This record gives sequence, structure tokens and C-alpha cells, in this order.
Amino acid sequence: MTNYLEVRNLSKRFGDFSALGDVSLDVVEGEFVCFLGPSGCGKTTLLRAIAGLDPQTSGTIRQKGRDVSALPPAQRDFGIVFQSYALFPNLSVTDNVGYGLVSRRQNRAAILKRVTELLALVGLPDAGPKYPAQLSGGQQQRVALARALATSPGLLLLDEPLSALDARVRLRLRHEIKALQRTLGVTTIMVTHDQEEALTMADRIVVMNHGAIEQVGTPQEIYRRPATAFVADFVGSMNFLAGTLMAPDKVRVAGVDFDCPVQAGLAPGQKVSLCIRPEDVRVRDLPADIVNRVPVEVAELDFVGAFCRATLRAQAAADVALTADFSSNLIRDLGVDIGTKLDIALPPDRLRVFA
Amino acid sequence: MIDRTILRRATLAGAAALAMFGLASPAFAQKTRLTVYTALENDQLDPFKKAFEADNPTIEIAWVRDSTGVVAAKLMAEKDNPRADIIWGLAASNVGLMASMGMLEPYTPAGASALNPMFLSGKSPQTWVGMDAYLSLVCFNTAEGKKGNKPVPTSWADLIKPEYKGSIVMPNPASSGTGYLTIAAWLQIMGEEAGWKYMDALHQNIAQYIHSGSAPCVQAAKGERLIGIGLDTRGASEKTKGAPLELVVPKEGLGWELEVTAIVKGTKNLDAAKKLADWAASKKANELYAKTYPIVAYPGVANTPPNYPPNLEKVMVKNDVEWMAKNRDRILAEWTKRYDGKSAPKAK
Amino acid sequence: MSLAVPGLRIGLSRDDLMMRAGVVLLAGLLLVMLGLPLWALLAKGFEDRDGKFVGLANYISYFSTPALFQSALNSLQVASITTAIVVPLAFLYAYALTRTVLPMRWLFQGISLIPIFAPSLLPGIALIYLFGTQGFFKALLGDGSIYGIDGIVIAQVFYCFPHATLILTTALATADARLYEAADVLGASKRRVFFTVTLPGAKYGLISAALVVFTLVMTDFGIAKVIGGNFNVLATDVYKKVIGQQDFSMGAVVGMVLLAPAALAFLVDRLVQRKQVALLTARAVPLVPRPKFARDLFFTLFCLLVSAAILAILGMAIWGSLIKYWPYNLSLTLDNYDFAKFDSNGWDSYWNSVRMALGAAVFGTVLMFTGAWLNEKTRGFGMMRGVVQFLAFLPMAVPGLVLGLGYIFFFNAPNNPLNFLYATMGILVVNTVAHFYTVGHLTATTALKQIDPEFEAVSASLKVPVWRTFTRVTAPICLPAILDIAIYLFVNAMTTVSSVIFLYAPDTKLASVAAVNIEEAGTTAAAAALCVVIVLTSAAVKAAHLIADRFLFARLQVWRRR
Ligand SMILES: Nc1ncnc2c1ncn2[C@@H]1O[C@H](COP(=O)(O)OP(=O)(O)O)[C@@H](O)[C@H]1O
Ligand SMILES: [Mg+2]
Repeated sequence: MTNYLEVRNLSKRFGDFSALGDVSLDVVEGEFVCFLGPSGCGKTTLLRAIAGLDPQTSGTIRQKGRDVSALPPAQRDFGIVFQSYALFPNLSVTDNVGYGLVSRRQNRAAILKRVTELLALVGLPDAGPKYPAQLSGGQQQRVALARALATSPGLLLLDEPLSALDARVRLRLRHEIKALQRTLGVTTIMVTHDQEEALTMADRIVVMNHGAIEQVGTPQEIYRRPATAFVADFVGSMNFLAGTLMAPDKVRVAGVDFDCPVQAGLAPGQKVSLCIRPEDVRVRDLPADIVNRVPVEVAELDFVGAFCRATLRAQAAADVALTADFSSNLIRDLGVDIGTKLDIALPPDRLRVFA
Repeated sequence: MIDRTILRRATLAGAAALAMFGLASPAFAQKTRLTVYTALENDQLDPFKKAFEADNPTIEIAWVRDSTGVVAAKLMAEKDNPRADIIWGLAASNVGLMASMGMLEPYTPAGASALNPMFLSGKSPQTWVGMDAYLSLVCFNTAEGKKGNKPVPTSWADLIKPEYKGSIVMPNPASSGTGYLTIAAWLQIMGEEAGWKYMDALHQNIAQYIHSGSAPCVQAAKGERLIGIGLDTRGASEKTKGAPLELVVPKEGLGWELEVTAIVKGTKNLDAAKKLADWAASKKANELYAKTYPIVAYPGVANTPPNYPPNLEKVMVKNDVEWMAKNRDRILAEWTKRYDGKSAPKAK
Repeated sequence: MSLAVPGLRIGLSRDDLMMRAGVVLLAGLLLVMLGLPLWALLAKGFEDRDGKFVGLANYISYFSTPALFQSALNSLQVASITTAIVVPLAFLYAYALTRTVLPMRWLFQGISLIPIFAPSLLPGIALIYLFGTQGFFKALLGDGSIYGIDGIVIAQVFYCFPHATLILTTALATADARLYEAADVLGASKRRVFFTVTLPGAKYGLISAALVVFTLVMTDFGIAKVIGGNFNVLATDVYKKVIGQQDFSMGAVVGMVLLAPAALAFLVDRLVQRKQVALLTARAVPLVPRPKFARDLFFTLFCLLVSAAILAILGMAIWGSLIKYWPYNLSLTLDNYDFAKFDSNGWDSYWNSVRMALGAAVFGTVLMFTGAWLNEKTRGFGMMRGVVQFLAFLPMAVPGLVLGLGYIFFFNAPNNPLNFLYATMGILVVNTVAHFYTVGHLTATTALKQIDPEFEAVSASLKVPVWRTFTRVTAPICLPAILDIAIYLFVNAMTTVSSVIFLYAPDTKLASVAAVNIEEAGTTAAAAALCVVIVLTSAAVKAAHLIADRFLFARLQVWRRR
């Protein structure tokens, strides 16, 4: 596997403010990468630096082995879709999609053929003669995508392409874009602040915070093994229990020691957070000798649809609380209700410890 | 059939005319176009141009006409690269300043010796030559006077009587040459001290100092004001149009100013400009001037244009033009300090 | 250009180079049209009458005269009073146009524009007929007189009203309906909605309108000269020095003093404008007013009253153009329209004006729109763009008189290669475009800021040259704004006097100048007639614009329809 894009030590300053600090990143050819992070963390800044639209203050970018760091956007190879779509309102859909083809000296018939092909590809075979204002948001989004793809760029850049759409359309387009990307095999970078979007669409996710990369990994890795407390907190739900590291594989919370994976980088005696996702809390069929068993009482029970989110308090220490997701079946089978007392276990392999 | 012949003949005639025009056009091109800067009245331009061109068929006059201040400012601003060939009809005080700045081409027109010496610059050769004199007098609206039961004044001294309180307008000397010659005349007739005292008193009766020498008589003519102190020609022409106006010549005498002709140094049409300068000093030209001005440079052609009081030469004050030029800044500063801006109407 | 941190130099694409070259060219052009001519005059402030350098001597002598203080105070007073009257009046009128159900809205909107079409002579003449010593409504003024601050203020209110109304109509039209719905839901009283939603929403419009009115009044000398009486203002001080005494040095000094408050006003406007942009880009839901009887009745009556006042002034001028001799012979005649009788150029000056106005509209619109686009869209190059921005703002603060004289000094200089332009129609066009540059530039910039900022990025990614996107997308989208600029230039070119009065040649005399000359010659009726012809021409052009907008451009702009 070759690196299609190599970003090295990229920094970007706006006056005194540092929007990107020393970011390095590799993107493999044909890969779908998502930049994920809270609003203002520098995702767009990084994307625009890659496109050359807002050049970095320092650092280098290589695309397909070519150093493009100092090239203006017109000399780089990418297609881009903005949150606003930036469709030309006075041109028909056909003219919008064919916009980049006209200047390539292709004849009209060839252009029209390519436009028709692209419109079919994005599922709008009949939209050609319409103007953007006559299309729905989702349709406009697809036209923007078709326009960006028309010139067959090596790199597709998407900046929050779905955030202006309503939930249903957003769900459908997620799959369509992903499928399209897979068919075309075009290397794609998408910016989003929506973790679900990133988890469902990306081959790899780049989690960013305060102008720096927190973690790069597959959705599984990001979710299962968050590298930092920030990632753990930002992606999915996570319980944070304040404790102290007693031994490399022991954390004490409220006087109780829990087994956990061996922590190499942390020194015993250090204050840490013991973390577990709500769905990883075990309730059913606990063997008698199971480690990390905690007797708890159900303090709150929130119905969330497919499951219930329960707030549990340790019977021994009422100020230690954590949330757990219980399926409807489990609630029915065990007769769980507010005030119910039961035992839970925190499987060590599901525990994460952060300083 | 007949129709067609006529048509054909007409076509032929047209073609002939066209051919003639084509042949004639180089002759047109040979005409010298003389750019003349002037502050003469609009309605004088056409008769002056026609009369001159009739005598000088190879020269065509192109006027640039505006009010005295604008034309003077334009000439001075263009000093380093003059666009005017000749000045025909601008106040002597302005032109005199230009002479002292070396902006004029000295030339004594043929026939200048026949003119009243008062109308010459006195230099040899002449830097400028006068055409006519205009006066600053009193325009009195008789209709409004009758309504308000106000008598017609006969002297400058009359104007400071309390009955005229707030009913007199005069040009602002700081913005109008006519205004300056008016107060300069008072200072010369009465002496400086008495002159300022007179103006102090007159100030009580002044409704407004206007930024124009001709507007006061126009305002009096239209009944906006009872009395306007200002340009005589405008008073006379308004009266001709039907204004109930009386042109009053105060018995102490009148301030006056000359309108003059002068060639601009650097003109590319010096010969044509000289021709115009000659013509402007001729008796014929002076007869033309005399249609609108009561006093002209050529002795003997003076007639009285309609609505003018007779014998105006007699009441012209002894005007020291040099004194006027020398003391201008000082007098205007003093005037401005005393009267200008102080009299802003109280806000209600 | 290298970016802030040494070490990284971003290469420039052909587009970047082309646009930077364009910005440099634009800056050069503006320098020639504005900067250098202004400097040519203002530099005289440091010379004596003979052209010898005297440092600050003229300034010292001017600042030591009490007259300056009085004039400055008067200028501020008139400008403040006018602003205090015009802005609320225009706000109510704009409110009626945008937020109420007004019968014949288009008519009221049209009437509010009339003062822009009129040379400033027109309200001067009409006011004298209305409120002068012989005026029909003289009694209304009580002991007061139209000659003086009262007259100046009335005429300035008339003259400034459309400018403020235009700005405020735009500000109120961009309101977000959702805010009002929210306020409704919260059960806020009407008063409270007005003070918490309406006013804050129009805040920037109000500030802009106030500054524009203030600056207009500060720099205008036409009105102050005609009916100002003894009321000295800074602008008439310039007139006195330059026209009365041909003292360019002192004129330049006053001109410079006059620049200060106007420049300050514009600095504030800049700051405000910058914030306003964010306001406009919000995704707003347009507000469509619903009928409400009492409110609509009140505002209809209000608009009727204001329109009646405007029409009274115009009507008075029309009537004044048809009478024989005010006020002693009021029989009617058409003779006053035979302009050849009053000015040797006759109707020629009118056609000159039309040609000049068309020239200014075409040349000025192309320059202003292309210029604003270059300045908005060029990447980097901050310094040069700042220079352009500054030059574009300059003319609003400069009295026409100062600009006109500067043109003589600069373009007529014997060693200036451009002096072939002098005394041609060309220089009138250039001067007029320069004189009215600020508003056109602002209109274009605002329009450009309202369209999607990413068009150029998209073009770059598609490898389409920017100029192509400019001609195919940006300019067509901004067509309404482009037409507005063209009309604005045409209308102002028809009425402008103060600057071009120094620049016309024998064959290029303009109607607006001719009207002033005719009025000075005492032929007020003919001057009124010429003013009326000018108003009708501009009104006809504007009407043609509206009709074209409705029928022709509607077809060109199908893409706007949902
Ligand atoms: N042109 C700019 N000038 C100053 N600050 C900027 C500019 N563009 C972005 N920023 C700042 O940089 C940070 C990162 O912005 P951005 O990359 O747009 O964030 P996001 O991750 O939401 O896309 C933000 O704090 C933003 O305010
Ligand atoms: Mg972003």
C-alpha cells in the first residue's frame, strides 16, 4: 500500500492564534478518511491547506509523491464539495456538472455524455435542465458531488457535506457517498463533527482537538481503543470513574480495586480515570468468581428506544455512579426497575485507563 | 413618370451638394478655432460671436463661459499649461492679478489709442484693454416698497436708516468681486475709518451677504428683498423683463469695475487672438457693448441702454485700482472678522 | 508575496498573477483618477500664492481665525440637525415600504427617489417659491426666513432623504422572519418587539444611513450657497477662498480640514460594514408583512404625507418652469424650455449631459464592479488591496470643488502624458466616475459578499480560470447590483455640478452647469425648466430599469425561481 497523501509537520497560524500545530498524517490511495472533532478544532483548516486554498504557515504536503506544499490550488489535483455546495445558481445542473469539462477542450457531445453518466451515477438522471434552486438540499448535494467528480480528480475533499441536510436524507446519502467512493476508488477526505457519520463511512478516522491529531485509526480502533481521554469522551459514550493506579494492572476506585489491562506508561500512585462504555457493563450470568464485581442500585432508568440507559450507584459508595445500557429483554427478564439492587461486573478487557 | 424625374433631379442635386460639401470642408478645417474664456452674460455671447466672425471669417470663436469667480479660478489653475487663447470679458481686478503673475501676452491692439485712457492697463505694450465699466448700485423694488410704505433711498447714507432693517442684500466681498468693489468704493469715498463705521451701521440692516454679485438685484427684482446692492446690468435686464425695479444711483458715487480683453501667454493662435483683441477695441465692438453697458471704452459711443439712469460716468468714484489690489487681503480679512459668520440667524 | 513565516513561499497560479496584476492596475487607475489629482490640490495648502513652500503657515493662519471655528461649528450643527431629522423620517418610510402592507408600494418607492434625480438647484428654487418672501407658505415659517439654517436644513433633508431611505430599506428588507415568530410566541408586546428585534436588526443600517447623511451635508456647498444666507459652513468657506479670491492655498487648507470629519465618519462606517456582513450571510427567512388595519393606515398616511412634500417641491419647480415672471407675472408659457434663448449651447448641453451620463454609467460600472471583484477575491496581497480600499473610500469625503480643481492641476500639467484628456468629454466621464466611486464600490462589494465565497475555490479545483467564472457566474448573478450601480452613476452624472464646472470645454458644457449659469443670470424659470428636464430624464431611465427588471430580466433570471 502506497501513501497517496503525506502531510508532515503542518502548522497554521491566524495572527497569534495557532489553528494547526505540527500535524502529520498519511492517507493511503483509495482510502476514505474522516477528520472528526468538535467545531473549531481545525478540521476545515487542515482540509483547506491540503487543497491549497488557505496555505499552511509551515510544513509540507506531498500528493502522489509530488511536493505540492507551495502549489496554488489550480495546480493541485482534487475535487471539492463545500457545506454550502457552492453550486452556480445561474447555470443549469448540466452546465454545473460540465463546468470543469468545458475548459478541457472536449467536444460538446463528449461533455454531454460524461455529464449524463455522472448524473446517473449520483442518481439524478433527469435533473440536467433544472436550476439548483429547483432542487432539494439532498439533490443539490449530489450535483455538487457530480461536479467535483467530473474531472476525475485523484483526491476528493468533502467539508461537512451532509450537515445542512435533514436526518433522513443524511442517512441515505451517507451510504450513497460511501458506495460511490468505493466504486470509483477515489481517495477521499471528509470533514465532519458527527461521530456517527465518521464511524459509518470512514475507512480510517482522524480525531482532532485544538489543532492537533489525537488519534488515527479504523472506526473499530477509535471506538474500542481510544488513545486519549478526549477521544474516549468524544466518540461514543464513556463512563469516567476517578481512581488511583495501585499496580500496573490495578486501579482503586472508592476503596475497591479493579483489575485492568497492564498500563505501561503510567506510574503506580498516579490519579487516573477508569473508563468503560455503558454497553460493556455486564449484568447477566455472572460467574461466581468473576473479577470486578460491584453490587449496585438502579438510580435512574431512561428509555432510549432500542435499549434503556440506567444510572447505577455503587451500594458501598453512593457517590460513585456509572451508566449502563440494558436491552429491553434484559430489563424484562430481570425485572429491573428504579431501586432494584443487582450485581454488575466490569470486564477487564473492556476497561481503559487514562491519566 | 414626373415624380420619378423629380426624384432623380433631387438625387442629382443632393449628390452635387454633397460633392460641394466635400470640397468645401477643407476650407472649414482651415478656420482657426479660438478658445475664448469669458464671464460675459449668456445672452451677449451669440451677438458678439456673430459680429466678430462676420468680420473675420477665418476665425471661429469657442466660448468657455462661467461666472467671474469660476473663470478666474480656472484660468489661474491652468496657469502652467493655458487652454485659453484669449480672455474677452473678465473683471480687470482678476486680469490685473494675472498680468502681475506674467500670465498674459502684452499686446497693444490697433486703435487702442482711441480709447478712454482709463480703460487701458497703462503698460506698454498693454497687458489688458478695457471694454466697458460695470457699476455696483442700488436696486429698489417699488412694488414691495409701496406695500411696506418704504421710501426710495437716494444715497448710501439712506441705507443705514432703521426702516430698512433686514431688507437689504449685498454680495459677500469674500466670494464676489462686485462685493469687494462696493466696499472698496465706500472706503475710498468716506475714508477708512468712516467707511467701516458706515458698514457697521449698514450691517444692522443687511438681511444677507450673498455669494454672487448679480443675485442681489435679481432678488430685489423678484420681491424676495426690498433692496439689493449689486451689479447694474442685471438690475436693468430684470427691469426689462418686467420687474418693478428702480435702479438707484446713490449721490455719493458708485464703485465700478472694468471688463477687459487680454491675450493669454502661450496661446498657439496668437495671430487670431490679436485679431480678436483688435476687433474688441474697435468702435464697432464698443457700439455692441453699449447695447448692454452704459459706459464703454470708446469715447463718444456711449448711449444709455434701456432702464439705466442717465449720465453714469459722472457718479463713478475716483477708483484707485492699484490701491484696491494691494489692500484686498487686508480689507477682506477685516471685513470677514467684523461681519462674516457673526450674523448667523439665531437658531429657534 | 511570501507569507508571514519565512521559509514557505506559496507559488502563484496564473489566476493569482492575473488578479494581482488587475489589483495593481486598479490601484494605479484610482491613483490617477483620485489620489494624484487630490494631492495636486491639497499640496497647495503647503505653498503660498506664488507656489513657494511655506510648511504649515497657511494652516496656522487659518486656525488662528475665529471664522474657522464658527464655520466648523455651523457645519456640524447643520449636519447633525439634518441627520437627526432625515434618519427617523427615512426609517419610518423604509419601515412602511418593507414591513407594512402598503397600497401601491412601488409608487411610494419611486417617489422617494425623486430628490436624487434633481440637481440641488431644484429644491433651492422650489423652496424660494414655497417659503421665500413671496412664497405661498411663507406664513408657516413664522418670523423665520428660508435664507439661513432653516432653509439649508429643509433643502438638505429633501436632498438626503432618498440616500437614507435606500440604505434603510435594504437593512429592513433583510430581516429574519423567524425572530419575529419567536418574539410572537414569547408573547412580547409590539413595543418590545420593536425595541428588541426591529431596531437592533437595523442597527447597522441606521448607523450607515446617519454617516452617509452626515457626510453628504458636510461636503455639499450648492445648497448652502444658494439659500445659506449668512450661515457660513466649511464647504462655502472653500467656495469663498477658491471662487471668490482664487486663493488655492487657503482653499486647499479648508478642503483638508473638511476631509477630517468626513474621513472619520467613514472610518466608523468601515468598522460597521465589516460587522454587517456577518449579519447578512445568516440564513434568514424573508419576512412577508401581514395586513394589519390600524398600522397599515397609519403608515399609508405617513407615506402620503412625505410623498406629498416631495411632490410639492417637484411640482413647484415644474410650475415655476412654466410661468413668465415670478412673482409679478404668473401667466403660463412654454418659452422657458427653449433653452437656446438663455444659453448659447441651447439643448446641446442637455445632450452632452446624456452622453456624459451614459459614458460614466458604462465605464464606471465596469470599473467599479470589476474593481470590487478583484479586491474582494484576490488571494493575499493585503497591502495593495488596502490601498485600493482606501482610495475607493476617499471621494465620499471630498467636496466636488476640491476634486475638480485637483483635476485641472493634475491633468493639465504640461508634463502629464494624460493631458490629452483635458477639455474632452473623457475627462468629464472620468471625473464623474471618480467623484461617485465610493457608493458604487460599496454596492458592488456588498453584492459580492452576499454570494457564495467558494465559487473561486471550486473553479480552481476544476481548473477553470477565474475570469471565466467571473463572466459566466459572478457577474450574471450580480446583475441587479450592476444595474443599480449604472443607474446611480447615470443619475448623478446628470445632476453633478461642483466638480465638472471646472472641466467642461466649449463643446462639452453640461445641462447641470448650464442650469446654474441660467439661474445666476436671473432666469429662474428657465433654470427650473432645465432642472425639470433633467429630473424627467433620470426618472425615465429609472422607470425603464424597473420595467426591464420586471419583464426582460425576469426571463434572464429564471434560475432565481424556486
Ligand atoms: N481566517 C481565519 N482567521 C482567523 N481565525 C480563523 C480563520 N479561519 C479559521 N480560524 C480559526 O481557526 C480555528 C479552526 O477553524 P476551522 O478549521 O474552521 O474549524 P473546524 O474544525 O470547525 O472546521 C477556529 O478557532 C477558527 O476560529
Ligand atoms: Mg469546518
